Amino acid sequence: MTRIALQSLRKEYAGQVAIPDLTLEIRDGEFFTLLGPSGCGKTTLLRMIAGFNSIEAGTISFDGTVINDRPPAERNIGMVFQNYALFPQMSAGRNVGFGLQTRRIPRAEAEARIARALDAVRMGHLKDRLPGQMSGGQQQRVALARALVIEPALLLMDEPLSNLDAKLRVEMRDTIRQVQREAGITTVYVTHDQEEAMAVSDRIAVMNLGVVQQVGTPAEIYRHPANRFVAEFIGKTNLLERELIRQDGRALVEIGRGMPVDVTALVGPRAGARVQLSVRPEAVRAADTGVPAEVLDETFLGSHSQVRARLETGEVIEFLEFSHQSSLLGPGAQLQLAIETGQLTFFDPDSGISVAPEAASGGAA
Amino acid sequence: MKVGRREIDGWFSIALALTAGYLFLVVWPLVTVLVSSVTKGGAFSLDGFSTFFSSKLYYGTLTNSLLVTVCVTVLAFVVAFPLSYFMTMFRIRGSRTLQILILASMMSPPFIGAYSWILLLGNNGLITRWLRSAGIDAPSIYGFAGILLVLTLQLVPLIFTYLMGAWRTVDVSLLEAAESMGVTGWRRALRVIAPLLLPTVLGGSLLVFVRAFADFGTPMLIGQGFRTIPVLIYSSFVGEVSIDSSFAAAVAVIVIVVTLAVFLVQKFIVDRRTFAMTAMRPIEPVRLTGWRAWGVYGYIYTFLVLALAPLLVVVVSSFRNTLYGQFTRGFSFNNYLTAQRDITRYVSNTFSIGITALVVLVVIAVLVSYLTVRRKGALTGALDTMTMVPYVVPGLIIGIALITAFSRPPLVLTGTFTIMVLALAIRRLPYTIRSTTALMLQFSPSIEEAAISLGASKPRTLLQVIIPALAPGILAGAVLSWVTIITELSTTLFLYTTSTQTLSLGIYAQVIRGQLGTAAALSTILLVLTMLSLMLLMRIGGNREIRV
Repeated sequence: MTRIALQSLRKEYAGQVAIPDLTLEIRDGEFFTLLGPSGCGKTTLLRMIAGFNSIEAGTISFDGTVINDRPPAERNIGMVFQNYALFPQMSAGRNVGFGLQTRRIPRAEAEARIARALDAVRMGHLKDRLPGQMSGGQQQRVALARALVIEPALLLMDEPLSNLDAKLRVEMRDTIRQVQREAGITTVYVTHDQEEAMAVSDRIAVMNLGVVQQVGTPAEIYRHPANRFVAEFIGKTNLLERELIRQDGRALVEIGRGMPVDVTALVGPRAGARVQLSVRPEAVRAADTGVPAEVLDETFLGSHSQVRARLETGEVIEFLEFSHQSSLLGPGAQLQLAIETGQLTFFDPDSGISVAPEAASGGAA
Repeated sequence: MKVGRREIDGWFSIALALTAGYLFLVVWPLVTVLVSSVTKGGAFSLDGFSTFFSSKLYYGTLTNSLLVTVCVTVLAFVVAFPLSYFMTMFRIRGSRTLQILILASMMSPPFIGAYSWILLLGNNGLITRWLRSAGIDAPSIYGFAGILLVLTLQLVPLIFTYLMGAWRTVDVSLLEAAESMGVTGWRRALRVIAPLLLPTVLGGSLLVFVRAFADFGTPMLIGQGFRTIPVLIYSSFVGEVSIDSSFAAAVAVIVIVVTLAVFLVQKFIVDRRTFAMTAMRPIEPVRLTGWRAWGVYGYIYTFLVLALAPLLVVVVSSFRNTLYGQFTRGFSFNNYLTAQRDITRYVSNTFSIGITALVVLVVIAVLVSYLTVRRKGALTGALDTMTMVPYVVPGLIIGIALITAFSRPPLVLTGTFTIMVLALAIRRLPYTIRSTTALMLQFSPSIEEAAISLGASKPRTLLQVIIPALAPGILAGAVLSWVTIITELSTTLFLYTTSTQTLSLGIYAQVIRGQLGTAAALSTILLVLTMLSLMLLMRIGGNREIRV
């Protein structure tokens, strides 16, 4: 319904630059997530879009219209806050109806829309409850209904799940995703939880220090991180520094000593003499032949175990063993590790930027 | 592209208007006092100050006041700490009622205490005569000892409420941790708990200090030869000893300097020692048995009897027959009936002036606290500081300042209803603003943003979201302010005329005139009014911490 364009945005707090220069496009009806560690500027950016933060330079436009100077009340946004921000003195129904009241929607229509919105988040039966009498999850459902009932041009969510417990978080994120799909509202979602971001987003912008590191679908970002920061922030990874051997137009690295692996398809011409390679834990498994290693410890986690092992080079590598293979490895056990070369990604050791061939890298910063 | 809208909106104009109002109605009058303290006949002169320090008759009142204040502050704490400790650690039967009674004894009009101790222990007092008939000379209630007794009993509840508030922030795990390391009982109270409560105690003791230092009614009624500085200000200003106004102004300035110094020292200490605590699990009181229970109940009830006896005496006395103002044999409603016309006038003035002041107070407090919490800036910072000025300025001096500033053009307000409302509102604002600010700080800004994001305008957000959400707290604060407004004496002492005389001013006038029966009847009415208000507070305030 709404296309958002952020052009050369700049944000300062008392002379401190929070966001130096940021440009992004959010597509119509998209579920777009701003992901990053705390202090990366993601909430600042969200509040700039909402109109609660001033803009020092650049423009924000909704469907091509610059809205920099439009006050938040006139931006037609729905917002969901981390602490729910329900009006404590109003029942669930009146909370949801508040935005309709300010829009002077006739009473009968408003009542019907309130009922529909509450039903959509499965809170219809608690219409008359006060926020103080509801659980955190219930409050957040009402907050979601309140933001959606006004049929906003844009739905903004600021870490809406971080006050909920782990199990509820998973349940709520499914609700959010489902409700957003049905309503088809362009959504900007802020979180520091990469798993949550992967689960709900159409596209993700990974941010660090006020700069967008990479924009892409969850799969693109996971498989083809644009730089070391993204590789480390999204999922887990092992970073190994190696010499890149160029031979007869082929590129090789030795993960284990004297065991060169062909990585020609994975490194582009930008790669220098040394590279840093990112090895995802699931790309490593114990095998009959491979890189020799010694087990340091193993943590049993139910469906799988997490194993830490030391390579001959002294580097420590972490990988997963699935529990059905039953054999718990004791510390000190010697084993060989097979590494799935297709899943490796490569970075310049100094700049940390991906050195993958252009085609494979998913939309650089 | 700068977005300047945030700076210049309705709130900015409100901040500007409030600042201008404060400058004109509070700062300027106080500056007038300051100016008149250093001028004589239009020329610069320090005569007022040199007169003060040249005679022991004058500077002695300062040392008297300091002596009383320090003793009262220490004594009040020594009495209040065990009281709050017992009420928190042990399950006391009727604990809620006892707390209300303790609070009630604080809320009684300040000078009623002094007056009723005179009825009990004065030259012709109940106990004095009874002891004399048994051949014992009763200790004199007049002078230093009397002031100490009355003010301590009056102010223990104040420190007690502060301490109870602090206790609520102490998590039981801290006590358990101390116990697990073998520190229990009084050692634990002194080494673990007392340091945790210290910031609150210091905050509370400042209030006690200011109150005791500025109290006028008690030393006026019971001090006799022992004169404190507020009494000196009063007598020099009303001209009984006929000294020029620059002398009264100089004494006022000295008083402000002392309270300001104490305030700054206290702030300095508190700022370095404050720690954030919230109790996940507050302390669970335990059941007491045997001699310890006797001791604890004995302590609590002894205090209550001493604190409430004056009130009981006043109520009973109001029904005694009087002859030429003095009590005689027999009981009747005569005191109420003969003073009917005065009573009606006092009560209606109390309500009309009190309620107007209360409305002004609450509206300004909500606006100022919103501005200082949500719109931090140079202007609101200045406003915040200005609103706290009356906190360190005794009521008597606020009265003097207002009468000095507004008895001549451009604005003549002396003798009007307006000046009474103004004085009471100014006097009480720092307290109301503080309690409203505390509420505002707990109120998440995102609730306000949620309203705005849903399309609500700023006035609508304030009226439909913020105020209704804070209403219970604001209301509780308002009731408390109401109680202090109706019992206020010193601020309005110079400002009233017969047409704006309130109950508390009426009591004072009747006591001075020697109409003890009428005074007792009026006091009883004021007490009933206070009790009803406090009961209302308990209903709406629930278990909310009560701050005075």
